[in-house]
Amino acid sequence: MSTLVYINSRDGLAKTAYEAITYGKKLGQEVIALTSGSADDALLSKLGEYGASKVLVDRSIQSDDPQQLTRLIASAVDSESANTVIFSHDLVAKAVAPRLSVRLKAGLISGAIDVPTGDTIKVNVFSGKAFGNVKINSSKKIISLLPNSFQPEENGSSCSVEEYNGNAGDAKITLLETKKPEGEIPLPEAEIVVSAGRGLKGSENWGMIEDLAKELGAATACSRPVADIGWRPHHEHVGQTGVAIRPNLYIAAGISGAIQHLAGVNGSKVIVVINTDEEAPFFKAADYGVLGDAFEVIPKLTEAIKKFKASN
Amino acid sequence: MKILVCISKSPDTTSKVAFTDGNTKFDENGVQYIVNPYDEWYALVRGLELKEANGGTVSIVTVGTNQDDAVIRKALAIGADDATRIDAEPTDAYFVAMQIAELAKEGSYDMILTGKETINYNGSQVGGMISEAIDLPFVSLASKMDVDGTKVTLETEIAGGVQVVEVQFPAVISCAKGMAEQRIPNMRGIMAARTKPLNVIAPTEVTPLTTYEGYTLPDAKSACKMIDPNNMDELVQLLHQEAKVI
Ligand SMILES: Cc1cc2nc3c(=O)[nH]c(=O)nc-3n(C[C@H](O)[C@H](O)[C@H](O)COP(=O)(O)OP(=O)(O)OC[C@H]3O[C@@H](n4cnc5c(N)ncnc54)[C@H](O)[C@@H]3O)c2cc1C
Ligand SMILES: Nc1ncnc2c1ncn2[C@@H]1O[C@H](COP(=O)(O)O)[C@@H](O)[C@H]1O
Repeated sequence: MSTLVYINSRDGLAKTAYEAITYGKKLGQEVIALTSGSADDALLSKLGEYGASKVLVDRSIQSDDPQQLTRLIASAVDSESANTVIFSHDLVAKAVAPRLSVRLKAGLISGAIDVPTGDTIKVNVFSGKAFGNVKINSSKKIISLLPNSFQPEENGSSCSVEEYNGNAGDAKITLLETKKPEGEIPLPEAEIVVSAGRGLKGSENWGMIEDLAKELGAATACSRPVADIGWRPHHEHVGQTGVAIRPNLYIAAGISGAIQHLAGVNGSKVIVVINTDEEAPFFKAADYGVLGDAFEVIPKLTEAIKKFKASN
Repeated sequence: MKILVCISKSPDTTSKVAFTDGNTKFDENGVQYIVNPYDEWYALVRGLELKEANGGTVSIVTVGTNQDDAVIRKALAIGADDATRIDAEPTDAYFVAMQIAELAKEGSYDMILTGKETINYNGSQVGGMISEAIDLPFVSLASKMDVDGTKVTLETEIAGGVQVVEVQFPAVISCAKGMAEQRIPNMRGIMAARTKPLNVIAPTEVTPLTTYEGYTLPDAKSACKMIDPNNMDELVQLLHQEAKVI
């Protein structure tokens, strides 16, 4: 029996790919990586360094049509005698894993944050306000791993990359266009996120947030009203109705910390809150708090980071 | 156009999350149930807008017990034409999806809409599962949708941006923020909802693939350490040495 890890390599390999392989390795069986598209062999063979014994790639599939990917993965489950399939819980997994669950009659756990203990797996529920322990009743299992729950572990080995044909059929969904700002760090993958809310008063004041983010190599985010008013693009909105993130460090300036905002960020390892109101609920969820005016504190923090980087 | 919208109930977003029975059951004490926001604001309202523009019907379906009738009436008050409740405890996403798939096979809908996820279980599973069970294309996390004849053009979220895709009816689509604006039901809608059909049907036999064995709450955060706003060097040192995140 083996564990099959589906890797999204459409834009190269993200850290989440190595996380998923590392997770697969922890389950104790042989780990086989499966991907599609045109990423080159040299890149894909890096998956071996994290524990994959081989990488299968179907080069005939060039988009993320969920029906095609479901057929591809189901075919590899069969040919590689896999009893477990791992995804990173990204947007492709959200479309494909449920289909695969029905096709294979395999129980699906989405948003896993830990390796199994006994026969249950810990997941985030109630938008991060609680954890559930879920058991899969079927013999085949599908686990979709929440990004940034595991640190990738290298083990220095390598692996081969083999062409694979999953007989995936036609795509029913036609991709017309991709709109993506260049050079930005995608929010779900960012290890540090600098975020701001209505306390910043207007879009013209985001320069200092971007400066701080740049200094930290961080992605930028915002609260919902900020995206709704149009001060920032919608894909930056974090929270219950926006993106859920779990970076190592989340810095929030001028955000009150409403429960719906917290729902998207309370998985962060460390939270820093900058707010002028000592009653702001966000301080209760924070590790470090700065009671002060963001317009003064943020530039000072950026300077302090610069100084720290220069002396290290 | 024949549209089916999948509606679930969820605890009000400000509900206190607690558990009873040895941490195996959600504590419903004092909890107010609402229509899951994604289902209501995005899936249902966009469905109604398409009906208003192109004609047709919007039906809703819920897998749940008679406790769900109040939220179903609310969805009817917003403007859906009729509702079906499949009378069973929604034990897991697979169970729910197989029930709805049975109904969908009979109904020949042009479009089946779900929310992005339920805000209690956050699985994002039901829509994709329905689509596989009845072999239809599935567009997940759509934030914009336009219909032209039998062609549907959608914008969907991707990491750090959006993509534009096209698909033909019939299809299953899960709806995220951006799809539509929230609608508040008016008095006429609420009155009309009382007499709209709410059909209760028996479930088909399905064995769930997963079981929730129990729940835990996160450890209480230790008290927030306050830093002098004029001493950002201290914050940076703490983030480096104590928290080890930079
Ligand atoms: C169903 C539902 C879903 C929702 N989903 C989300 C979601 O996904 N994400 C989300 O963010 N919200 C969401 N909301 C909205 C949420 O309830 C809050 O209204 C929102 O998060 C508030 O945004 P804010 O903190 O930016 O603004 P405000 O609440 O207006 O807070 C501004 C804060 O800035 C502080 N401030 C002002 N001036 C300064 C200054 N100079 N320096 C420092 N601090 C300053 C103030 O003290 C205040 O705390 C949702 C609401 C509902 C009902
Ligand atoms: N019990 C249910 N009855 C009807 N539809 C549901 C039910 N549970 C979930 N759904 C639909 O499926 C979507 C995704 O749910 P989930 O997979 O639980 O995150 C929801 O937004 C609803 O549209």
